Amino acid sequence: MNILDIINVGLFAAAIRMATPVALAALGGVFSERVGVVNVGLEGMMLMGAFSGVYVSYITSNPWLGVFGAIIVGGLLGLIHAFLSVTLRGNQIVSGTGLNILALGFTAYGSEVIWGSRGASANVTSIDIIKLPILGDIPIIGDIIGSASPLVYLMIIIIILTQILLFKTPIGLRLRAVGEHPAAADTAGVNVLRMKYMGIIVSGMLAGLGGVFLSLGNLGLFSYGMTGGRGFIALAAMIFGGWTPLGAFGASLLFGFTDALQMRLQSLGILPPQIILMLPYIITVIVLAGVVRKTKPPSDYKPYEKD
Amino acid sequence: MMGITKSFSDLVANDNIDFVVEKGEIHGLLGENGAGKTVLMSTLYGLHKPDKGRILIDGEEVAMESPAVAIKHGVGMVHQHFMLLPSFTVSENIILGNEPIKNRVLIDRDEAHEKVENLSRKYSLEVDPDATIDTIPVGVQQRVEILKALYRGAEILILDEPTAILTPQEVDTLLKALTELKTQGKTIILISHKLKEVLKICDRITVLKKGKRVGTVNAEETSLPQLARMMVDRQLTKTFEKKPFEDKENILGIKTLQVDEERGLPAIRELSLIVHSHEILGIAGVEGNGQSELVEALMGLRKIKSGEILLKSKKITNLSTKKRIREGISHVPEDRIKRGLIVDFSVMENLILGSQGDKPFSRNGLTIDYQATAKFSDEMIKSYSISTTDRNSLARNLSGGTQQRVVIAREFSRDPKLIIAYQPSRGLDIGATEFVRSKLVEARDRGCAVLLISADLDEIRSLSDRIAVMYEGRIVAERTPAETNEEDLGLLMTGGKT
Amino acid sequence: MTDSNSGDKEKSWPLRTLKSALLRIIPQILAITAAFLVGAIILIVTGYSPIDVYAAMLQGAFGDEYGIGQTLTQATPIIFTALAFLFAFKCGLFNIGAEGQFLMGGFAAAIVGISFSELPAPIHILLAILAGALAGGLWGLLPGYLKVKFGAHEVITTMMFTYIATYLTSYMVNYPFKAPGWVAQTVPIADSAQLPRILPPTQLSASILVAVALAGATYYILQKTTLGYEVRASGLNQSAAENGGINVKKTIILAFILSGVLAGVGGAGEILGVHYRFIQGFSPGYGFDGLAVALVGGLNPLGTILAAILFGALRSGSMLMTRVTHVPSDIVVIIQALVIIFVAAPRLIRYLVGRRSKT
Repeated sequence: MNILDIINVGLFAAAIRMATPVALAALGGVFSERVGVVNVGLEGMMLMGAFSGVYVSYITSNPWLGVFGAIIVGGLLGLIHAFLSVTLRGNQIVSGTGLNILALGFTAYGSEVIWGSRGASANVTSIDIIKLPILGDIPIIGDIIGSASPLVYLMIIIIILTQILLFKTPIGLRLRAVGEHPAAADTAGVNVLRMKYMGIIVSGMLAGLGGVFLSLGNLGLFSYGMTGGRGFIALAAMIFGGWTPLGAFGASLLFGFTDALQMRLQSLGILPPQIILMLPYIITVIVLAGVVRKTKPPSDYKPYEKD
Repeated sequence: MMGITKSFSDLVANDNIDFVVEKGEIHGLLGENGAGKTVLMSTLYGLHKPDKGRILIDGEEVAMESPAVAIKHGVGMVHQHFMLLPSFTVSENIILGNEPIKNRVLIDRDEAHEKVENLSRKYSLEVDPDATIDTIPVGVQQRVEILKALYRGAEILILDEPTAILTPQEVDTLLKALTELKTQGKTIILISHKLKEVLKICDRITVLKKGKRVGTVNAEETSLPQLARMMVDRQLTKTFEKKPFEDKENILGIKTLQVDEERGLPAIRELSLIVHSHEILGIAGVEGNGQSELVEALMGLRKIKSGEILLKSKKITNLSTKKRIREGISHVPEDRIKRGLIVDFSVMENLILGSQGDKPFSRNGLTIDYQATAKFSDEMIKSYSISTTDRNSLARNLSGGTQQRVVIAREFSRDPKLIIAYQPSRGLDIGATEFVRSKLVEARDRGCAVLLISADLDEIRSLSDRIAVMYEGRIVAERTPAETNEEDLGLLMTGGKT
Repeated sequence: MTDSNSGDKEKSWPLRTLKSALLRIIPQILAITAAFLVGAIILIVTGYSPIDVYAAMLQGAFGDEYGIGQTLTQATPIIFTALAFLFAFKCGLFNIGAEGQFLMGGFAAAIVGISFSELPAPIHILLAILAGALAGGLWGLLPGYLKVKFGAHEVITTMMFTYIATYLTSYMVNYPFKAPGWVAQTVPIADSAQLPRILPPTQLSASILVAVALAGATYYILQKTTLGYEVRASGLNQSAAENGGINVKKTIILAFILSGVLAGVGGAGEILGVHYRFIQGFSPGYGFDGLAVALVGGLNPLGTILAAILFGALRSGSMLMTRVTHVPSDIVVIIQALVIIFVAAPRLIRYLVGRRSKT
């Protein structure tokens, strides 16, 4: 066994694959925080997305409908979070935590009711890997990025589109204004309420998409708590990435790399699995400690009161 | 605006007000703090819906549902606290909500740049379109606010206390700009509590008092005393008899202080200052020239780069805030809600803040003796006339003036050697302002050293024994009130003289 | 309260305090009711009868002495973790890592319980609880230090440390401290380290007495000591607290440590009183229950005890409920989450009422 057993092309391909759900959720976090609402419920939205995708694929045998379903469900949870945080001005962290616990319980309950086991669902039709025509044939690069789940390519497209949206379009300008200084946006004639709702619902949709990648895009089934804290790691990635889509993507790659490394080490059996499993969380803590002071959040997250 | 009435909970902010403005005039809306001027204009701008009354523009009735509707009808408002996004550029702030578009989806930044430059030139309001708001001075920020309104085609411009944060020279610049706007056919409503400015530039003036309209006069036909009489029930400024004292000792000594702010840039450069007992030293200066950093450095809330701070010859440079309070420094902070009080604590709990671990409130430093604190609170409520029925009521339910009384009771009752008062009468009505100022003079007479930092030049000049002007982190001049006047101070505050 | 002609007032004073206390818990009661209603809807949609399910739950929780004992047993660890969340919350902090602090406390107590078997019972128990407190306090100190020194948001770090604690303890009982056999657990603790059972044959142990004592201590610290004053001041307004000379950074660290201690002692109590050894997975999420219980309890120690009994009832009743109706036990988790969500929306009632009056 030599170093090439661990660090090889497969590792980088795996890194991108593991980064995808985190990147999508982190992007969701960006949208929410840019309009001024903290979303710690990303974990729950991912989990519900993972579950809904599998369920819809189960009853329709069409994984793409499953993806669609995941996005809708994620958006629904986002809507609830928006209602609680914006309209009712409740505590955003409590609301998000409540949604996380709800997702955990609901998916376990649903899993048991539908498939008779809260541990794992039945196998369902999942999304096949596709191979890109030209890119897939280039020697090393082709092995890393040339063929992957279409959701990975979708993620990359979404990252680029949202980067343009946030910083080069009027809607992006208004979304960011609403988070930074809602009163200023209001007096400029921007509909603060609508923008906030939009940002948070999109946040849920992206998290749902990230979650369904874990289930349909990877394993083809749902298992209890399969997001494993990725929703929180996504928050760290969002902070590390300076609340921009490209930044969140870059930070997620780092975490994806750690994740892929951890799986590889586990399969090689050098260290006990629990020690290796701790790695991603320890790295998240270290990253957070090293980075936070230097970055400035885009909002003060206070609820906006008019009258 | 006819018959406008607006209430918040049980406070009637506007009581059946009729307000008529003619096209092309500069109309002053005058009244003291809390008279209801901002509420009335916010209603015109669609930020509030009136409980009763109608708004007519050019004879047509309009339902002002939101700022968007107001903007559509040509109403623009420049608020007292700017509505600007700090990390966005001047250009972005101006076009927000009305962005020029290219390729159907993207913002056309070149066109925006051009539009801003054209507007800037047309109305002689110089700005740099690509600068971010957090890098430009307050006077320029105000120009951006005015351009925002003009960009949206405002024909009626409302300015809320525009001169509150400007130096005398910047005020002249602004008034000239407003005259220019008038010649270009715009209608301007100027909200202010400053009689002199309003009289200087307005054509007509409407006076509000406690939510009601007192009357409307032509500027040429009225006078300062008449306006003052309309605004308040009694005299506006009360002069304070300051007894002269001999045998003053040095209480506060600051030696070549250097303090950096967050980004590492110097906020205070080589500042040296002495404040004596029996003395009020007033620091005049435009906000943002190091005043808040100075206060924080003195209170131990901010690390200093170099220099010494001495209290009665004792070095306190490295002491914690708690120790400095124990040594005898008291502080009336700039923002009573943010820094002075814990609004969700009761009056009693607020009164012991800073001394909660000391006798008599705590016998051993660990537990709090609530009997002693209750007794102390009742005493304070009486001697400082804090208008509350219950020492356990939350501070958030008190009026601004009452809240400030709580802060002053707490800080002054410690019998300090040095009092630092930072904007102590900001946002307070006449009665509360007088109370604050008289307490400061009382403390001075008792032997206290008072460091007064205020943007209100009248306050500085009427209370101070000595005046120091602060500019770009340095003391650029020291005067006595007799040696100076507004113009002199204004020039010093903006670095006009060395 | 100080007037002399209070004949009339004296009569209505206890009634008035009762009325105000009732008014204050109305939002919580409404939230709980709403949660059970939505839970009922979910049950109906998935083919179960809410009446049967809830009745079985009630029967299991309070139906007989065994049920009540088990309810209190399940309530005990939740009291600890709720206090942990509450204490940190009063300082403006979100410690959602009580689960991890609970686990570390339990493990430390197990180790001490296994070792030092020559010590007499009271000292051994005390030492084990102390170990639990230290371990929990350390696990709270880590995210606290990261927050103060680096500004790392505690929601993320406490969550991460919970995962780390889960895997760390799992490693410990699968490798170095593993007892012979298939189960991932340690060897039993010495008899001298066991907390006495107070209601046999239920698992209710003296741990609940410790819990109630700590609830009282929490109240006392927060309301009657200078530390409590500084904790609350820092939580409500950091800026004003600093201006008043309070060392907010030190206060935050202390709050995190004490919060961790509370959860850690809870873990110790669970091991020393119920399981007598550290078993992997012995906590079905008591740390997260604590959050819900703290909120439902109105963020005060007395309410916490009452809310913990409610959630303990949910858990202990769920065993009979599942046996009788075959409904998945996770319905309990769903109801708990719904309670959190409805409690986090204090203005929901006013909103709904306001909407209707506008039409």
